[in-house]
Amino acid sequence: MYSNKYIFIYSSIMVIIVAAILSTAAMLLKPFQDRNIAVEKMRGILSSANIESTADNAIKLYDKYIKEEIVIDASGEIVSNYENGSFTKGDIRAFDIDLKKELYNKSKKLNYFFPLLVCEKDGKKIYIIPLYGKGLWGPIWGYFALSDDYNKVVGVTFAHKGETPGLGAEIDTKAFQQQFVGKQIFNDKGDFTSIKVVKGGIDLIPENIRKHGVDAISGGTITSNSVSDMLNDCLENYLPYIKKQK
Amino acid sequence: MNSEKNEREPLFSFKNRKLLLNPLNKDNPITIQVLGICSALAVTAKLEPAFVMALSVIVVLTISNVIISLLRNGIPPRIRIIVQLVVIASLVILVDQFLKAFVFDISKQLSVFVGLIITNCIIMGRLEAFAMGNKPWPAFLDGMGNAIGYGWILIVVAFFRELLGSGTIWGYPVLDKLGLYDLGYKNNGFMILPPMALIIVGIIIWIQRARNKDLIEEK
Repeated sequence: MYSNKYIFIYSSIMVIIVAAILSTAAMLLKPFQDRNIAVEKMRGILSSANIESTADNAIKLYDKYIKEEIVIDASGEIVSNYENGSFTKGDIRAFDIDLKKELYNKSKKLNYFFPLLVCEKDGKKIYIIPLYGKGLWGPIWGYFALSDDYNKVVGVTFAHKGETPGLGAEIDTKAFQQQFVGKQIFNDKGDFTSIKVVKGGIDLIPENIRKHGVDAISGGTITSNSVSDMLNDCLENYLPYIKKQK
Repeated sequence: MNSEKNEREPLFSFKNRKLLLNPLNKDNPITIQVLGICSALAVTAKLEPAFVMALSVIVVLTISNVIISLLRNGIPPRIRIIVQLVVIASLVILVDQFLKAFVFDISKQLSVFVGLIITNCIIMGRLEAFAMGNKPWPAFLDGMGNAIGYGWILIVVAFFRELLGSGTIWGYPVLDKLGLYDLGYKNNGFMILPPMALIIVGIIIWIQRARNKDLIEEK
């Protein structure tokens, strides 16, 4: 029989060895994983501006199309500007901003900064706003591309951590995202309306506000509502900035 | 721990070959022992993730079988399940980290199922039933055999599900190239859903039992 002492020593040594192996592996593989995550982010950003990319050419296309990375503060002032690979103002790169943290700071009434990416495609500027919010089971996020009038939607991408397959998870399909193209985030009077995901379909709402809504996903009501909330919470941070530009 | 013999066996003796080959057919973990069904349904909508999953299980099962077999005389029986789980879990985490670093897209498709290799009954089953009582080389063959037995079913199921469900093989649009769509053929969306994997596994079991007399149960 094995004594208790033997069992304790045996398990302690085992745990230490395993911990050492796993942490070494995690450290060695981290740079590769971080690069994959960055590439994934770039692909999401490009895709919202309707630029298709692959894992191989994402970095090249990103550098080609995303001309400026702007960071704005609560009052809509530009605090940092990263243009063509170098800073022209400030020292925060919009691409590296952790949106989750900034949204948290906002809710705690602390200082916060939001990123805005400027894409130039076919001579026209497209403004890309990163999104982050809560889904039903975990975080959802995405990128929202506005045309140069800061009103019309050029394209949008959503992704999620673990929404229900076949229901809420449908937000990452082209079919759902395609509905946003051409919608408007301001009404004719210039008031911010955001874009609502309408349960039961936009045929149920009055004709004049249909351009501010899209069809929800049947069976995915909570995720659909989360998308509405996320759009509202993230887009409203840019209102002071947009007002200044107009 | 007691059935070990002292005389040297050839590496691929009849007994050792059986360890490797039996799980492929008449002792198959999925179709005969009906283990590991959950992941077999979940990751077989496309060939590529199924292949990576099969490869991951081969790596995890073979290595953990050998490690447990090497440690078998030192493992205190009272904590043997914990030791087995620690070995499996560490290997699965390693595999997961590797996939995240080098095949990110597939790792995203496999999502939680790589992590769930830990709970795959085939692996715990082999460690407990075989590696704890056998030398490393037979344990290696046994692990390899069972993992390949699991893997080939996955790949066959994924082949049919991808071909009939998405009209592609390994992402290549075969049916489109053959011009079947012009003749009015439509993909069967049902094939992409997990229940169809169960039906395909069922068909494999049927064919296997019909062909292999050993498997036919007496009435």
